[in-house]
Amino acid sequence: MAKGLSNVHLQVMWNRLISVVEEQALTLLRTAFSTSVREAGDLSAGVFDEQGHMIAQAVTGTPGHVNAMAEAVRHFINDIGADNIFEGDSYITNDPWKGTGHLHDFTFVNPSFRNGKLVGYFACTAHVVDVGGRGFGPDGNEIYEEGIFIPIMKFAERGEVDQRLIHIIRNNVREAGQVIGDLYSLSSCNEIGHRRLMDMMDEFALDDLNELRNFIFDNSLGATLERLKNLPSGSFHNEMRVDGYDAPVTMKLRLDVSEDGVLADFDGTSGLSKKGINVPLVYTTAYACYALKCTLAPQIPNNHASLAPFKVSAPVNCILNAVHPAPVAIRHVLGQFLPDVVLGALHQMLPDTVPAEGSSALWNVQLGARPIEGAEAAADESLRNSQILMFNSGGTGARPTLDGLSATAFPSGVHTMSSEVTEHVGPITIWRKELREGSGGAGAQRGGLGQVIEISANQGHKIYINAMFDRCENPARGRDGGQNGSPGAVGLDDGSDLQSKGQQWIPDGRRLVLNLPGGGGYGDPHQRDRTLVATDIEREYIDMDQARGEYGWEK
Amino acid sequence: MSYQDKSVRVGADIGGTFTDVVLELGQEQFTAKVLTNYSEPEQAIIDGLQKVAQIAGVELEHIDQLIHGTTLATNALIERRGANTAFITSQGFRDVIEMRTEGRFEQYDLNLKLPPPLISREHRYVVAGRIAATGRELVALDEASLRDVAGKIRERSYESVAIGFIHSYVNADHERRARDIIVDEIPGISISISSEVSPQMREFERFNTVCANAFVKPLMASYLGRLVERFEAAGGRCPVFMMHSGGGLISVDSAIEFPVRLLESGPAGGAIYASDFAARFGLDKVLSYDMGGTTAKICLIEHRVPKTARTFEVARTYRFKKGSGMPVSIPVIEMVEIGAGGGSLAWVDEMNQIRVGPESAGSEPGPACYDRGGESPAVTDADLLLGRLDPDRFAGGDIRLETGHSKNALQHVIGDRLDMDTETAAIGICEVVDENMANAARVHAVESGKELAEFTMIAFGGAAPLHACRLCEKLDIDKLIVPPGAGVGSAIGFLRAPFGFEAVRGAFLRLSQFDADWTNRLIGELSDEAERFARAGAPQGELVREIKAYMRYQGQGWEIVVMLPNRAFISDDQREIRRLFEEEYICLFGRALDGLDIEIMNWSVQVRSPLESVAAVDPVNHESDGDSRESRQVFDAREQAFVDAKIYQRERLQAGERIPGPAVIVERETSTIVTSRYQAVRQNDGSLLLSRNDRANQNG
Repeated sequence: MAKGLSNVHLQVMWNRLISVVEEQALTLLRTAFSTSVREAGDLSAGVFDEQGHMIAQAVTGTPGHVNAMAEAVRHFINDIGADNIFEGDSYITNDPWKGTGHLHDFTFVNPSFRNGKLVGYFACTAHVVDVGGRGFGPDGNEIYEEGIFIPIMKFAERGEVDQRLIHIIRNNVREAGQVIGDLYSLSSCNEIGHRRLMDMMDEFALDDLNELRNFIFDNSLGATLERLKNLPSGSFHNEMRVDGYDAPVTMKLRLDVSEDGVLADFDGTSGLSKKGINVPLVYTTAYACYALKCTLAPQIPNNHASLAPFKVSAPVNCILNAVHPAPVAIRHVLGQFLPDVVLGALHQMLPDTVPAEGSSALWNVQLGARPIEGAEAAADESLRNSQILMFNSGGTGARPTLDGLSATAFPSGVHTMSSEVTEHVGPITIWRKELREGSGGAGAQRGGLGQVIEISANQGHKIYINAMFDRCENPARGRDGGQNGSPGAVGLDDGSDLQSKGQQWIPDGRRLVLNLPGGGGYGDPHQRDRTLVATDIEREYIDMDQARGEYGWEK
Repeated sequence: MSYQDKSVRVGADIGGTFTDVVLELGQEQFTAKVLTNYSEPEQAIIDGLQKVAQIAGVELEHIDQLIHGTTLATNALIERRGANTAFITSQGFRDVIEMRTEGRFEQYDLNLKLPPPLISREHRYVVAGRIAATGRELVALDEASLRDVAGKIRERSYESVAIGFIHSYVNADHERRARDIIVDEIPGISISISSEVSPQMREFERFNTVCANAFVKPLMASYLGRLVERFEAAGGRCPVFMMHSGGGLISVDSAIEFPVRLLESGPAGGAIYASDFAARFGLDKVLSYDMGGTTAKICLIEHRVPKTARTFEVARTYRFKKGSGMPVSIPVIEMVEIGAGGGSLAWVDEMNQIRVGPESAGSEPGPACYDRGGESPAVTDADLLLGRLDPDRFAGGDIRLETGHSKNALQHVIGDRLDMDTETAAIGICEVVDENMANAARVHAVESGKELAEFTMIAFGGAAPLHACRLCEKLDIDKLIVPPGAGVGSAIGFLRAPFGFEAVRGAFLRLSQFDADWTNRLIGELSDEAERFARAGAPQGELVREIKAYMRYQGQGWEIVVMLPNRAFISDDQREIRRLFEEEYICLFGRALDGLDIEIMNWSVQVRSPLESVAAVDPVNHESDGDSRESRQVFDAREQAFVDAKIYQRERLQAGERIPGPAVIVERETSTIVTSRYQAVRQNDGSLLLSRNDRANQNG
């Protein structure tokens, strides 16, 4: 009974440790200013052992940090130096290559001491509102244009915050109050993690985390290998093309699967872009691993051991392994396509398991509003400058036994904002935000529908859009006889087209019209259950022409 | 009415299995439990009433007040069993309730299913017309097309209509006009508009709320109509009041108009019940803990007031996960609910870890030990094997528990898989379920900025007394009260609830542009609305008012609730409001921020009758050590060992009798476990007060 009992005990501690990091993440979520943190859960929090191996990580809204953060802590230990680590310290960086892929993400690491002895580290990452430079967008030609770069250094030493650093940052970013607020939140969320860990170690009478860590790693690795053992070994290939910034981007993948692990190699992928859609390898790894874990081991928590069997490589300075000083500000666009690339290869290994391709990359609407010179606002409004950000999603790919999800984020975990709230943020009117009929790829299982959005400036104002939209030229492909989803389109309400990338002003009196892409279909549309076709017609998800032409509807 | 100069008040709670009726005659309490009648729920109440009246020796005509709470509206939403409903909304926004938040509530499930919208697309109609964020009309309402929609409503025989337009919380003219037109075309149709049901900002939540209201309205109207009718036919003469989600009482007429306000009224009664005990024991900070067959519910109560929120989620479809249900934005007593009850099933995951719930054995087949064919181990089976339940005296001896079945179930599902004996497996199950509950409580406390160690736990519900003491150990809580009569807690709670109503409205204000006149006008309107509802139950006497604002720094996405002073505002109050916000912000997050403007998104005014003063429970002044000759081996999780625990019968304990742990205090419906670290003292009102041995004398 003794061994059984100690296992029970360790299991309870493991649960508690996960709860500790979730508490850490929750604290950050609730105090953050950045839209992408609070609406998208674009943050991460975890606890590490004294060598910098991740023991537990909070499940948050973004796969982008899955194991980017797992690597980060070892860089911190290296760069700070073991002799220079003191109780009450807090370390900072936004290095895209040692953190999580772009300057907007700040990573903080705090050592955790118990009775004067180092027992581990807490780390957290969050996207901040601004880092200076050109502002958030793809237009930088080098990292230097994308904002202030803080190498790994001390934010606080023995509890004393470095005010010189705060001073420098305050003078290099827009919205300094919010950014500095976020930095303090990051540091204090690690502090909360530390305090909860001490409570837990008191309760369970622990001096260190070694036994618990070994238990977690053994069980996680064992469970992961158990899943891999039953997979067909071999190499599987896939290739996907997306619009890119100025030229199409091809992502090419070879997946080597054996019972020891999975290697995703992106040899053959397009070279660097001149603009900031390039992806550091840490971020490529995060999204590729996310797709592998979703399919192969969804129930196993992320930690050093459960992630160890998944390896990712890409040639230096292909677009998925951009190195310094390449611009990388919006690395998430290609990052969000990586799961489609990985799932396509997995499909050859495991038929009838993964979804068809989806809209995948978010359609983030970033608008700037300016007063028109000499114009007047409506009686109950005043003229103002403002920046407006909305997250919007197209359709996901159909699944082997289920339709795709309409207007739903995948792989990102983003939520959209309320249109009513957005209209309070800036002088715009959202005239339409509803499902885009007919946009889901036909199939035995239908792809998810995209959506249509129409926006105009309020009286006395003009607006521009920073477009960063993809899948306008390269729609989500169907699988196993399923048809492609509708491509996206960007234009005006008079029917004219806009570019899908770059800054453009909306002519006075016109509405911006966005048609978000649909997801790909799965299987032969003629095999679709006829009652489902009838429901789709009744709900106007498809029209009669589509029903007859694509689904062979005969009534 | 009344009987021999004593007031006669009755609380009736319809739950999933039982309908509980409690009658108070002066200070005396009588209770009856009857099986819930699914086809005619009102009949169970009448049956229970007659039963309890007979025990108390009164007639139905003597009853002064009948107060009712029910899960019927909640169940109708969970089971999607409501009216054939049409939804009329703004052109361009047909799919708001279908697109939801555009997010996934579970990141790693490729086969995730999102809950379908309450009203599917073919039943959603759009009309042109548009109000701006400021409330100005941008596009006139298209009345001709509304009349066309009315034609379709008639043609397709909809029983109920919901109307929700963009920005109607700030200007309701279009919604009201639309209602007039529909009613003009189809007199007598059941109709709900979002600016009345839930005038809060955020269209998904508001539209979903008005749809939910319309969906259950015909059903609830007919049920409540029948209830009043049968009550009167059986001799009742008094008005019927309804418990609402926010913990107050409203008239039946208000309930018929806004049935969505009745959601979760049963659990709200439980929280009020715990609040009442908190007052009796003079406790300012209480954690109420209710554990039944399928779920555990936790609520924070301070100064007799349960924590409230202005929105919540019903009908979660995915392991009680946040985001998997439908949001309803009405004032509600905030509870954390997790899938952990006596019937919750244990299993082993792929990392060889024991998991518990959220699947439950329910009452059929029930835990394996019920001997009704259940083969999976439930929490109750583990409790039985650890000596916490007496197999021969469960439910007063009505159900004989089969220890052998529990052993088999634990062996098959857990023991064989993990190479463990059944005792260890049972320990594992209990520790895991206790840890799950403790975590939920901890997270909720963090979200609320509270330190649980300062709280006293009040435990009720069938399974709570078995687990409460261990939970206190985990949460570092010193004191625990197990009140008497906890099996009908919600119904008793109804009798303690004030007449009251909370009116909430979205209205955007930047604090730097604070306008006292505008604010006073808004507060005045909300007060009038709330008072109208409160006066329906308390026509005379003083009313209490509370004003709250939901505020954030400009740029944030999460509002915190700030209590504002209860008086007219002056222009100088800008500074005072900022101070109050910062005080609350510091309490929650540790530090305030410089140089940022503050926004108010929503406002709330609650008006209610004052809480009745309660008689404090006299402290027991002389304690005597209890004694028992009976004992059995019970596992003590903190000691990691089986210990010899004395067994006591709760009904035989005398006031002041002290029972040192480890002990089991048995009663008809459940048992209270006192762990080695705690001692229990039976109080003058029959409650058990458990305190930690090493801290027992600190505060009496």
